[in-house]
Amino acid sequence: MQRPSWAPEEIDVDRPSAARVYDFYLGGLHNFSADREMAARAVADWPELPRIMQANRAFLRRAVRHLAAQGIDQFLDIGSGIPTAGNVHEVAQAALGEARVVYVDIDPIAVAHARALLADDPTTGVVEADFTDPASVLDDPVTRSLIDFSRPVGVLVVALLHFVGDDQRPGEVLARYREVMAPGSYLVLSHASADGAPERADEHRALYRRTATPMTMRSRDEVAGLLEGFTLVEPGIVYLPQWRPDDPSAPLENPERFTGHAAVGRRD
Amino acid sequence: MTERRAAGPAPPDRDTLDVLAARWAEEVEGTSYVPMAADELQEHLLELAGLVVEAVRAEPPRPEVGAEVGRRLVAAHFTGPSTLERTVVLLAERLPLLYGPEVRPAVHALTGALAAGYAATLRDRTLDEQEAIRRAVLVARQHTEQALHASEARFRAMFHEAAIGIGLGDMKGRILEVNPAMTRMFGHTADEFRELTVGELAHPDDAPAVWRLYERLLRGELDNFRIEKRFFRRDGEVIVGHLTLSLVRDEEGKPSYQLAMLEDVSERHRLQQHLTYQAYHDPLTTLANRARFTERLERVFADAGPHSTRRVGVCYLDLDGFKTINDSLGHHIGDLMLQEVARRLGACAGEGELVARTGGDEFVVLVEDSQGVDRLVGLADRVLAALAPPLRLAGQELAVGASIGVVEQAVTDTTASELMRAADITLYTAKAEGRGRWAVHDPDRDEAETARFTLSAALPMAVAHDEFFVLYQPLVSLSDHRVRGVEALVRWQHPRLGVLSPALFIGPAEETGVIVPLGRSVLETACRDARDWHAEFGSAAPFVSVNVAPRQLHEPGLVAEVAALLDRTGLPPDRLQVELTERALTTDEGAPLKALDGLRAMGVRIAVDDFGTGYSNLSYLRKLPVDVIKLDGSFGEGLREEELYDEVDERIVGTLVDLGHALDLTVTAEGVETAAQAARLRELGCDEGQGWLFAPALPAGDVATMLRRGEPLGELTTASPSRPAALRAGSRPRRRAGPRRDGRGA
Repeated sequence: MQRPSWAPEEIDVDRPSAARVYDFYLGGLHNFSADREMAARAVADWPELPRIMQANRAFLRRAVRHLAAQGIDQFLDIGSGIPTAGNVHEVAQAALGEARVVYVDIDPIAVAHARALLADDPTTGVVEADFTDPASVLDDPVTRSLIDFSRPVGVLVVALLHFVGDDQRPGEVLARYREVMAPGSYLVLSHASADGAPERADEHRALYRRTATPMTMRSRDEVAGLLEGFTLVEPGIVYLPQWRPDDPSAPLENPERFTGHAAVGRRD
Repeated sequence: MTERRAAGPAPPDRDTLDVLAARWAEEVEGTSYVPMAADELQEHLLELAGLVVEAVRAEPPRPEVGAEVGRRLVAAHFTGPSTLERTVVLLAERLPLLYGPEVRPAVHALTGALAAGYAATLRDRTLDEQEAIRRAVLVARQHTEQALHASEARFRAMFHEAAIGIGLGDMKGRILEVNPAMTRMFGHTADEFRELTVGELAHPDDAPAVWRLYERLLRGELDNFRIEKRFFRRDGEVIVGHLTLSLVRDEEGKPSYQLAMLEDVSERHRLQQHLTYQAYHDPLTTLANRARFTERLERVFADAGPHSTRRVGVCYLDLDGFKTINDSLGHHIGDLMLQEVARRLGACAGEGELVARTGGDEFVVLVEDSQGVDRLVGLADRVLAALAPPLRLAGQELAVGASIGVVEQAVTDTTASELMRAADITLYTAKAEGRGRWAVHDPDRDEAETARFTLSAALPMAVAHDEFFVLYQPLVSLSDHRVRGVEALVRWQHPRLGVLSPALFIGPAEETGVIVPLGRSVLETACRDARDWHAEFGSAAPFVSVNVAPRQLHEPGLVAEVAALLDRTGLPPDRLQVELTERALTTDEGAPLKALDGLRAMGVRIAVDDFGTGYSNLSYLRKLPVDVIKLDGSFGEGLREEELYDEVDERIVGTLVDLGHALDLTVTAEGVETAAQAARLRELGCDEGQGWLFAPALPAGDVATMLRRGEPLGELTTASPSRPAALRAGSRPRRRAGPRRDGRGA
């Protein structure tokens, strides 16, 4: 059932949340037993999961650094989850000295936590909104006050779109964001994939059905479809650790084990 | 070694430290997420390795540094449990290898302290982060509750302020909650509602389907339905509601509540009913109107299949002389009369019979399943009987008559419009047959009636378009066959049917009243033509004899009109003769006689037409203002043959001529066709003759030509010796029937 925005969902900490499960994988302690229990079951089936999550987080860090190097100093991180080590603003500010970041999440606890954490930082803001309702994200006063859409912006949808089903038309939603992004803006995307480990992916999907955010894994081609309208930054769509590694000379073992696609697209 | 000790530990060898840091990084890599690039990580661990090595090699060793290293590991987000395990194992193995077995005790102590420092820091961090996340939960909950509160307030407002009634019931049909609109609609308080069940809101008019739908909804087979249904208000009044009933399911999809939304459409309903009533009823009599009647009649036909044995009948009724009553007594009396007639008609109608007022004074009774003409005839009789007693209206007694056209047919033999056409024609027949009676539809008669009816309908337009013209048939003196006068005869130049004789249209013209303008027009034409002849021929000019219908005599302005006409044309009054039928003169009413007196006083002569055809008392002639009698042509028929003639006819004609002369009247014979007849009529004393022997009806121009020639008309002979035909058995001439050959109308 479609829930009107003014009729909020109940807060239920007995139900695992994708944001807190992710936090747990990253070694965070902002989680509850239901989250840890679910993560434990997932890891039992798929021992690489924590490494995949870490690889995803490392991709985020590298991508933000790359964007900062291109002069991007304002970021919209949609589906930011529980703030944890290596947040976007930390990475960006470390690289640039100053950067504005708006964190967006649909999980009210993640949002409340982020607000508490960032309360004293005027260069960051937190918005509770749904990615699939672009107006609620883009027209929020916090977004408006921190992001200047007439200048290039970095929009991050890292480990987000696999929580958006095809029925919600993620491609069309992305296009709505693309429309407001000034030329020279970037889209940072990572996406869970069934490529390489299909049987595990099935089980994993089943697990996430218990959360408020069921998973839709997508193939490389499908991810390419989502990126339509953006010019892919080298090396294009690759597995998470393969996207501009810190040490290009370091050998990567079985990158396909890190079943997640990573890409950065430029709005020309 | 002592020296070294005395001098304090030598600075750690940078290469060895690098090796240690690289091995450490290798061990812990991936055990926790640390937001650092590989080189940053190694840099960080190199620093910690330096601290560790310095601590174990210090004199005395400072194992407490281990606590600080543990703290800094957690601070760098090395929070994974295996980070500690691998760190402790690495240091315990590697440090003695790199820096000699003598560091082992210090390493043991240091790793212990490191574990404790790590655990303490992680515990603090865990408590902090758990507290932070729980606080976030609280904040989020508060936020949610506020939002829920706001949303509930919105819902409350919607529920309370909604213009439509909203009610919530449980699955047993108990009413749990209703909004103010609902209480206003029903006049129940919310508490009274809570005593009620949905079942108690039933109304006897509810279609069975309503409650079947309700049962299905309760069983969860339907999620909602919409119906219009009646409800009783608390005060017993009935309201009509547009009801939407929906099922509310719980999270498992089990039906848990029923939600009713009710819109009061009573006013709309009443208005609609009123409009429907207005559309289908006659406001004056409250009977059904033409629309209603037509709809019902058409439905009879629509409902019947091709093999239906159904029969349908109508009595189509028209009041006799209603227009006169309306005109003379006023519309108010006319309306009262229609209302009273409607009441009586309504009382005559039984089951399956619809009485409607279809026009001014037209009514119809529809019998939907007639089963034979008898029922219709019986109904027509009842209607006439019901209308027979005089009506008492506004203090005066008035008689009303009606003519009824009865049609009764099998539905498969006709259509609604054919049936009504037949009814129309049959009504016309009933009127033509003399009013105050009914006639039953006769298909054979239909055609003739249709023609007549069509002509009748076309008459007013024909007068307006001046489609009529006048011919003149000479009247001659029987003594010398010279022209003394002409009779004006009207013809209709019909645009499609050609020239029509008066026999076809004078009757309808009289019935419809068109005779008045038509007669006026003929009179005017005749006077103008006569004036022209008078101008040319002076005293030798003929008088003109013009037929005047009874209806014209009733026109109050007739005398003045004729006077004005004579004045306008300059025709001397003695050159005008007015012809009237016997019937027109034998009325008891005063108006026509007064008119005749007026005309006669002017010098206009009055002739009685068709004399001898009525059943009138001959003595009336004495009292009447009459100058001429015209013997009907039928009397002269028996006198036509030269050798054979009818003695009886001859005697009758002789008697009539004597009678006329005794009263000082001129006697004219019509229908004179033979010279023998003319001679015999002259012998009997007849003054004037008219007929084909002398001349047919002629256009005005031909009359002038004839007058200019100035010759006698027709062969002038003497009569043969008397040889009555009656003497020769079986040879009595047959009297002819049908229209007379001079073409004069009835």
